[in-house]
Amino acid sequence: MTTPLLEVEDLGVAFTRKGEPDSVAVDGVSFDVQPGEVVGLVGESGCGKSVTSLAIMRLLPERGVRVSGSARMEGTDLLTLSDSAMREKRGRDLSMVFQDPLSSLNPVIEIGLQVTEVLKRHRGMKSDAARREAAELLERVGIPDPRRRLDSYPHQMSGGMRQRVMIAIALACRPRLLIADEPTTALDVTIQAQILELLKELVADSGTALVMITHDLGVVAGLCDRVNVLYGGRIVERAERHRLFAKPRHPYTYGLLGSIPRLDAPPGEDLNAIRGSVNDNLPWASACAFAPRCPRALEKCTEITPAPELVGGRFLRCHNPVPAEA
Amino acid sequence: MLRFIVRRLLQVVPTLFVLSVLLFAWLRLLPGGPAAALLGDKATPEKIAELNRVLGLDQPIPLQYLRYLGRSLTGDFGNSLISGDPVISEIGRALPATLELSVAALLLAVVLGIPLGYVAARYRGRPLDTTTVIGTLVGVAVPVFFLGFLLKQWFAVDLGWFPPSGRQSVSIDATKVTGLAVLDGLLTREFDASWDALVHLVLPAIALATIPLAVITRITRASVLDVLGSDFVRTANSKGLAPGTVRSRHVLRNALLPVSTTIGLQTGLLLGGAVLTEKVFVWGGLGTLIADGITRRDYPRLQAIVLLGAAVYVLVNLLVDLSYALIDPRVRLR
Ligand SMILES: Nc1ncnc2c1ncn2[C@@H]1O[C@H](COP(=O)(O)OP(=O)(O)OP(=O)(O)O)[C@@H](O)[C@H]1O
Ligand SMILES: [Mg+2]
Repeated sequence: MTTPLLEVEDLGVAFTRKGEPDSVAVDGVSFDVQPGEVVGLVGESGCGKSVTSLAIMRLLPERGVRVSGSARMEGTDLLTLSDSAMREKRGRDLSMVFQDPLSSLNPVIEIGLQVTEVLKRHRGMKSDAARREAAELLERVGIPDPRRRLDSYPHQMSGGMRQRVMIAIALACRPRLLIADEPTTALDVTIQAQILELLKELVADSGTALVMITHDLGVVAGLCDRVNVLYGGRIVERAERHRLFAKPRHPYTYGLLGSIPRLDAPPGEDLNAIRGSVNDNLPWASACAFAPRCPRALEKCTEITPAPELVGGRFLRCHNPVPAEA
Repeated sequence: MLRFIVRRLLQVVPTLFVLSVLLFAWLRLLPGGPAAALLGDKATPEKIAELNRVLGLDQPIPLQYLRYLGRSLTGDFGNSLISGDPVISEIGRALPATLELSVAALLLAVVLGIPLGYVAARYRGRPLDTTTVIGTLVGVAVPVFFLGFLLKQWFAVDLGWFPPSGRQSVSIDATKVTGLAVLDGLLTREFDASWDALVHLVLPAIALATIPLAVITRITRASVLDVLGSDFVRTANSKGLAPGTVRSRHVLRNALLPVSTTIGLQTGLLLGGAVLTEKVFVWGGLGTLIADGITRRDYPRLQAIVLLGAAVYVLVNLLVDLSYALIDPRVRLR
């Protein structure tokens, strides 16, 4: 293995409020990303996907948040970098596409300026050159009539178009790492597929590594080299994509895979959905947080926190995994 | 855009009409009337009836109104019952004083309020912010009259830093151009007159500015906090932009939208505050005309001034809407 591009180690994020116990959103998360690799971060709503990515980008609110651990990019720990050094990297070495394209662009500023400002900042371009480059970027993300679009405002574009703009902005300075936080969740299905295809093409062309955050294993299936499954702020399983899909070992992953709707399923058949929803207080202390919802839970699952194990190149955090031969 | 302006200006007409009806009726329903007030001690029922007949106040109210309306439409708003002058010329004489005071107060409120609100939001929860929040609460709560009186007592009477009343010292022989004393001094290069007027302006302007200042500060603070937490500011930060760029380009522009509405509303309330402030500082503007007009039931004068105030209010808010459309491309003027 080459040296990783990004190495997240023991990342923890807790929200603190006076007079209340800290609420832990992310706990002991470790994963890495190789140059040019596409890594999935999968889990249901509230499991800490956004918080993890915002922590790496250093975009969490300054107050009321405690971040621990490290996130080394090419050897530099982003979490201890000075604010100004981090600003140098953001948008240039690593960038991010957010969940909601409708609110992620500034409503009162033309698209053109929102693209060119990052080119001017990191690539030292002058207005004319930046504008030309911006039009090319918009063209590359599949926006028709890009020159005219530079003068549009976000509200004049559809959600899909806005997300394309966000992608153009994120890739404007050819970063080595792109974090995409559920970039298609807010879009309708046909647009989703187009945006995913676009992302896949762009990162393959530019050699950008991609951390793809999603709650949808269907997204992961077509895109990711490796997949991290997150539950209650911790990674419960990680494997190379084919292996994960062929043989999910953690009961949570197993359930997730089972709950992907299949077109060939006979009508009326129950989806094998996971019961319940993620707990608010993430009870990993001396228990497995998934135990209350787990069909394979043993007695010790509610007594002992399962330790992370490496089983045949697969990371697993479970007392009673689905048998490999099943 | 032009159509929008014309439409809005046309809307002023029914607004003023309804207001004039209400005002007309309300004034005449007040106990006591101009005749009693004018005659004072010498009032006898006969004399009052006599004067009412002369003034046309013995007619049925609807008829009085129609007459008033007819004359108003030709630009004749009647004569003041107190001075006997046409109310239009009375207003013309007093308007510059009130205008100068209001503009100074509003300028003070905007120029201090927006930065103060911004800084408070930026240092949220720190002592500076807490002080500002408490300050604005006090600012909104203190009655203008009381504050004006305190300022006058401390800074004019006790300390002698500022003149206690009036717009200009009698010793100053200023040339009149616009009637706005500070501006006139600058225009005619009589800088001593300008300075003298400015010194007179300080305390009343502070008294009148306090409430709008507090409100603008609060709204700015809340609005900036709101924008700071928005997704697009996070996007701006994710681009690695310099903090100054994020602030001016992304935070401030969006945060100013609700503030501009507030400024419009506060301008409307200024006239009320001006009456009290002018009273304390013997300012001699519209406020003084109103105050005397109320005690002596000077119907024509009150009607004209209130309608003027309403027209100004509508115009200011038209300007606010236009500026809103200038900042926010999503707003379509229709
Ligand atoms: N600013 C905040 N203050 C307090 N708690 C927060 C804050 N942001 C997130 N959390 C909590 O952290 C946990 C993880 O949130 P996160 O947004 O990372 O979820 P997610 O996996 O991205 O979910 P979704 O799929 O809904 O986006 C949640 O329980 C959430 O309530
Ligand atoms: Mg999220």
